[in-house]
Amino acid sequence: MTNVLHERERQVYRKGAEPFQIDCEKQSAAGSVSQRACVFCGSRVVLYPIADALHVVHGPIGCASYTWDIRGARSSGPQLHRLSFSTDLQEMDVIRGGEKKLFAALCELIDAHHPKAAFVYATCIAGIIGDDVNAVCKQASEAKGIPVLPVHSEGFKGTKKDGYRAACEALFQLIGTASTEGIVPTSVNILGDFNLAGEIWMIREYFERMGIQVVACITGDGRVDDIRRAHGAALNLVQCSGSMMYLAKSMKERWGTPFLRVSYFGIEDMAQALYDTARFFKDPEIMRRTQDLVHQEIDKVMPQINAYRRDVQGKKAGIYVGGAFKAFSLVRALRLLDMKTVLVGSQTGSREDYEQLRELCDEGTIIVDDSNPLELAGFLQEKDVDLFIGGVKERPIAYKLGVGFCDHNHERKEALAGFAGMVNFAREVHSTVMSPVWQFTSRKRNETAV
Amino acid sequence: MSADTTMTEGLNIIQKSASPPSYVSTRNACKLCAPLGASLVFRGIEGAVPFLHGSQGCATYMRRYIISHFREPMDIAASGFSESSAIFGGGENLRRGLQNVTAQYKPSMIGVATTCLCETIGEDVAAMVREYALSEGQDGRTEGHAPQLVHVSTPSYSGTHVDGFHAAVRSVVETLATPEATSHHCVNFFPGMVSAADLRYLKEIAEDFEISSLLLPDYSETLDGPALDAYQKIPAGGTPIQGIRSAAGARASIEFGRTVRERDTAAAFLERTFGVRAHRLGLPIGINETDRFFSTLKDIADRPASRKHELERGRLIDSYVDGHKYVFGKRAIVYGEEDLVVGLAALLAEIGIIPVLCASGGKSGALRQAIAEVAPSSPEVTEVCDDTDFMSIGEKAKLLKPDLLIGNSKGYGIARDLGIPLVRVGFPIHDRIGGQRILHLGYRGTQQLFDRIVNALLEYKQQTAEIGYSYM
Repeated sequence: MTNVLHERERQVYRKGAEPFQIDCEKQSAAGSVSQRACVFCGSRVVLYPIADALHVVHGPIGCASYTWDIRGARSSGPQLHRLSFSTDLQEMDVIRGGEKKLFAALCELIDAHHPKAAFVYATCIAGIIGDDVNAVCKQASEAKGIPVLPVHSEGFKGTKKDGYRAACEALFQLIGTASTEGIVPTSVNILGDFNLAGEIWMIREYFERMGIQVVACITGDGRVDDIRRAHGAALNLVQCSGSMMYLAKSMKERWGTPFLRVSYFGIEDMAQALYDTARFFKDPEIMRRTQDLVHQEIDKVMPQINAYRRDVQGKKAGIYVGGAFKAFSLVRALRLLDMKTVLVGSQTGSREDYEQLRELCDEGTIIVDDSNPLELAGFLQEKDVDLFIGGVKERPIAYKLGVGFCDHNHERKEALAGFAGMVNFAREVHSTVMSPVWQFTSRKRNETAV
Repeated sequence: MSADTTMTEGLNIIQKSASPPSYVSTRNACKLCAPLGASLVFRGIEGAVPFLHGSQGCATYMRRYIISHFREPMDIAASGFSESSAIFGGGENLRRGLQNVTAQYKPSMIGVATTCLCETIGEDVAAMVREYALSEGQDGRTEGHAPQLVHVSTPSYSGTHVDGFHAAVRSVVETLATPEATSHHCVNFFPGMVSAADLRYLKEIAEDFEISSLLLPDYSETLDGPALDAYQKIPAGGTPIQGIRSAAGARASIEFGRTVRERDTAAAFLERTFGVRAHRLGLPIGINETDRFFSTLKDIADRPASRKHELERGRLIDSYVDGHKYVFGKRAIVYGEEDLVVGLAALLAEIGIIPVLCASGGKSGALRQAIAEVAPSSPEVTEVCDDTDFMSIGEKAKLLKPDLLIGNSKGYGIARDLGIPLVRVGFPIHDRIGGQRILHLGYRGTQQLFDRIVNALLEYKQQTAEIGYSYM
């Protein structure tokens, strides 16, 4: 059995144990080497893909350096989001305050890049030294005539989820500030897709084929002007609910916009998302087009997926991702490949999320909240996992143990959403599980020896 | 930088009309924050776990950045500040964090680096660490069950990752080196932030001179390790702690870095406090700088370099001759950590490539002088920019029209915009595999750099030629 820190024992559940019990949504145990980041990270990932906005990190340099151009969030036009701007606070700024520097930085950068809006991320130090970031933003907004929005993302003020909320609050300030002219009744906003490797373009095209107008993508390939008129859409489709549910709820409250939770990963969830949307509009024409689309797309991809499945079926998978909602889709997508999920965890899942995972998974599956490298390494060995799905920080754990790995995080450059994305996912899984290199690593060596 | 100083800088810029305008903000930083350097150092000590006293995000971001370069596990623990710790102090988080790391990893050392957060709220982390060590029955110097604790102050509003790196090396030595160490024949090597391959090669060179060496840090195995039969909580390898304890008895120290403030280094501390002779050299890149290194080794070991190294030097000169016409008069922009830039400038100067811009995000104040020493040329030919960022480098590059860029992955965008080759060196290498295995130092490292530089230029010429010559 894998060693787990005493204060984390209740954050690990093994299916079969009754009653169901898991602790979650709490501060990471000090010194546990959590895979989580911080409030700033939550805000930064959500807002990053807005391509015609200026993103200024107010604080010492680290936060800006580590988030420069690391995501695969693509833009079809401006690339301003891929640049990293920081006030790079120095010792004297910390002593005297950074407000003047922030104002000067905003003015020069707005003049140089002509963004449609600016987001100012207040990081740990900005909060501690008491800079009035709201006031500076207001002043810069008046001076430059564009919205300049503070994002209160001091790293210590909670978890990544609080950062999502701060980002949603900034977005909410933009929504409702432009005309909704030209928006048709069968229209949606796509919330919580970040256009990694161009995924949102695929999803957007599906909706267009169904006869549904996409008003705003929030935030993948995002544009400030689209977001400003997002309140005109008839429906919000919320993926990555951990990050965007707050915005969806705020919009429902303020503008009455209903929302649906969806996922675009895996064939089942993708089809479900399209059908749920079609059903919402109660238009038989849209439903007919949706059925055609789903059938066409599935016919296109199934032969390839089946070919991969023949090789990978029966293998065991482990999943450790940021938000639990993505894990549901992954469990189902793996099932389509006849693979069994024996370990599943997330950084920020809620009790309901984990309960749903328990229902979805087989007996004996380990469900874990806010895990760390030592635990994950232990679980991988304990469950003899063949494939681990996670992000950059999880990759070396798998590789050191001779376990295949599939990157499902924000840095990836492969489109894994949509029907075509399922083929890419199957190929990714296949290319790691079937690689001949494992013959040299101990796990497989031992297997052949037995 | 305040708004006022920017105004005066703005005026300076107007006088130098060829330069693009300067900015208050940092745009695409050419530096990382101090605790990252300290974490690398702690990872290079046997049985040690790096630990950051600050927000959880700091550790996670740095882990991801380092993992993406080395492609190895890199565990950094954090005390994980909450809002209440930011108000009432993070002492309790630090205590619990240290206890949890000890329980999980059973480390022989925990290296505690501070962050801007705990420094700004004024925490006396040194005292906290001392108190913790006492309460755990550890006086900070003797060996026992509890891990050795080392503390280093690395606020990210002061200096860069390089400063954090050197500060951590110094702290480790100051904390561990005991005056009781009996004198021995070992030589202390403080190489600075070099690659895993460089570290392995330095050990090989020392062995060839029959010098027993203490290399600090040594992440040649901990961050470039083999595939494993069983997962190691803390990877094998690293500088032995016992060796660091006896550093005061060494016969000499060799440290690389022409731009590091001399009084702040581990070697300077050992010389001042224990009389261990400090030899201060530039990073041995290029023949001239490597000759200085080998000459120092010859003096210390009192023996000539082995035939293996003489041959490597000879082959390097031979290749310089073979390749000189491909590179002569080419214009290069070099960027990265200050000492790496100095070493690369030294190499370029001796092969006939003009370093038209030497740029770094560091600001030791010593870069210009160091470059003048190793690559003497007029300021009109070589522009030196410290405390700069990648957008400034890119803007200058448009005017300077270089033939190639030499530096880490983060300059790729500039190379792509200009349509010129990028020869990848240093840290981070995030867009290629094997960054940790790039060799930069010594005759052998210079050979590899030279071959790669020449081939990058040849490849560019070949690809842009009208005819697809297979013979260049």
